[in-house]
Amino acid sequence: MSEAEAKAAPQEEDRDERIREISPLRKALIRPELGSICGVILVFVFFLMIAGDSGMFSPEGIVNWTVVSAQFAIIAVGACLLMIAGEFDLSVGSMIGFSGIVIALMSVTYGYPMWVAIIVAFVIAMSIGWLNGFLVIRTGLPSFIVTLAFLYILRGLTIFLAIFTTNKTIIGGVRDAAEGDWLAAIFGGKIFQGFFVWLADLGLIDKFVAGNRAGEPVVDGIPMLIVWAVGLIIFGHILLTRTRFGNWIFASGGDAQAARYTGVPVNRVKIMMFMFTAFCATVFATCQVIEFGSAAADRGVLKEFEAIISVVIGGALLTGGYGSVVGAALGALIFGVVQQGLFFAGVESSLFRVFLGVILLLAVILNTYIRRSITGER
Amino acid sequence: MSTPLIELKNIEKHFGSVIALNGVSISVNPGECHCLLGDNGAGKSTFIKTMAGVHKPTRGEIFMEGKQVNFNTARDAIEAGIATVYQDLAMIPLMSVTRNFWMGREPRKRLGPLKFIDFDMANRVTMEEMARMGIHLREPSQAVGTLSGGERQTVAIARSVYFGAKILILDEPTSALGVRQTSNVLATIDKVRKKGIGVVFISHNVRHAMAVGDRFTVLNRGQTLGTATRGEIKPEELQDMMAGGKELAQLEGSLGGTV
Repeated sequence: MSEAEAKAAPQEEDRDERIREISPLRKALIRPELGSICGVILVFVFFLMIAGDSGMFSPEGIVNWTVVSAQFAIIAVGACLLMIAGEFDLSVGSMIGFSGIVIALMSVTYGYPMWVAIIVAFVIAMSIGWLNGFLVIRTGLPSFIVTLAFLYILRGLTIFLAIFTTNKTIIGGVRDAAEGDWLAAIFGGKIFQGFFVWLADLGLIDKFVAGNRAGEPVVDGIPMLIVWAVGLIIFGHILLTRTRFGNWIFASGGDAQAARYTGVPVNRVKIMMFMFTAFCATVFATCQVIEFGSAAADRGVLKEFEAIISVVIGGALLTGGYGSVVGAALGALIFGVVQQGLFFAGVESSLFRVFLGVILLLAVILNTYIRRSITGER
Repeated sequence: MSTPLIELKNIEKHFGSVIALNGVSISVNPGECHCLLGDNGAGKSTFIKTMAGVHKPTRGEIFMEGKQVNFNTARDAIEAGIATVYQDLAMIPLMSVTRNFWMGREPRKRLGPLKFIDFDMANRVTMEEMARMGIHLREPSQAVGTLSGGERQTVAIARSVYFGAKILILDEPTSALGVRQTSNVLATIDKVRKKGIGVVFISHNVRHAMAVGDRFTVLNRGQTLGTATRGEIKPEELQDMMAGGKELAQLEGSLGGTV
């Protein structure tokens, strides 16, 4: 208890005898992220047991599942803040495909500089995010329906655009177009390369022994994708828990009408969260397009659900007003580790879904229990 | 007699062809608890929403401390010092007491170019203000959902008072509460009144109104049936006026005064 609280604390006789004292341990454990923390421990113990010697926990292995987890985390941060603000976005997956195609079309097919293509993709995607939000606010329809419509509209538009302009659904050659571009490097490069060379020289990580990369470390840097994921998680967490705007996000999702009565600009908050979700989807798309060197019209299918599942594993309430960005990030980590871990363990990949379903169910049951004890819901 | 804090004259409010208010006038003095009584559909809610800036009156004038005012939004009314505590929309249960208390007016401290909520200060003030109202929280980060209905109303009242409300509108604060909680809320109203704040207390429970009210205005079918001062009127008469007829008086007789 802080000094200030101690001062404000009442004398013994004023205390309500019905308020039970809560032990510090219980208090430390009862937090929205608890379900996902347990899930992470469970998943790591499980894979250390069944895939401990498969290379999953070697440097390359770690980078492998970290990159996959980071992909999930990028879209989960957006979905998390939006869900806490009380809305859904089912168009995330289609938005990923759409933004990717926009970047490839602009840069490869029409020959604009890469940075122009990336900025245009962000502007278009965030405008669509704004439109999603605007329609939800104006019509009063559930965002589930409005963004479901955009799931189809954007996917169809993406395929149409690709076929209409290039007669293909996959546009390659992005890597050449991105060569030397300052903005593309922010999405597709790697950092700390010198550090990894140094580690390899010390013998802490292996070097390639053959092939045209012989002598280079097997892990040659931290991909920017991971940097984006970590950056977005930190940004989202601080925004949500430490700022005025974060308080408004909780309020908009907790009870929009009560929030309006106290002067919270609920509509603006919600629309901005739709735009932020679109921003996250475009970050994902840009990293992916530059990494793969191509854009495909079918990229990002089902990503909206993977984002929502990560968020729910992370302890967020589907109806809004409650949740944690750190929890969502842990949910994404669980997702990535399970997906890649089963591959390392050589298990039939269809079991991925079984495993994921079981974790989802367990995490949500635990989360519901935790949330009730925090918020006094009955 | 001093100038009333707020005076509403001949307020009319039409919603399309429905006349919700048809010339309602009341005034509230500093430190007074003015009870607004009326049955369901009498226009109480529309009237307080007009006072709170949510609705714009179709006709009529509003004066605050003698000066005519015009509220375009709820925000205008809040800035002018009119705070409203709505029956069940007062608080967001999933959020902590501190977050609720400061909602929309979060105190911030600067850290370089960024501004963050000053939680040390926010928590301290919340605990102090709640203690002043007689509620001792376990901790300021406790969710409002863990508080009782009466305590939630009190958080909302404490919040309005702290933020300098001159007029506090309470929309049926006691209607969903138990006996003990009701008396707590009524005691809170008394504390607020002693600070010189004008309280508008909406209720259809005559006994609760009689417990704290200084003046009583009865609304029926969008019109003022009259304003009475404490001591001038008996609870039974208020009850009859609210019901707008004799039937209830007769019914009350046969029910043994339980209504």
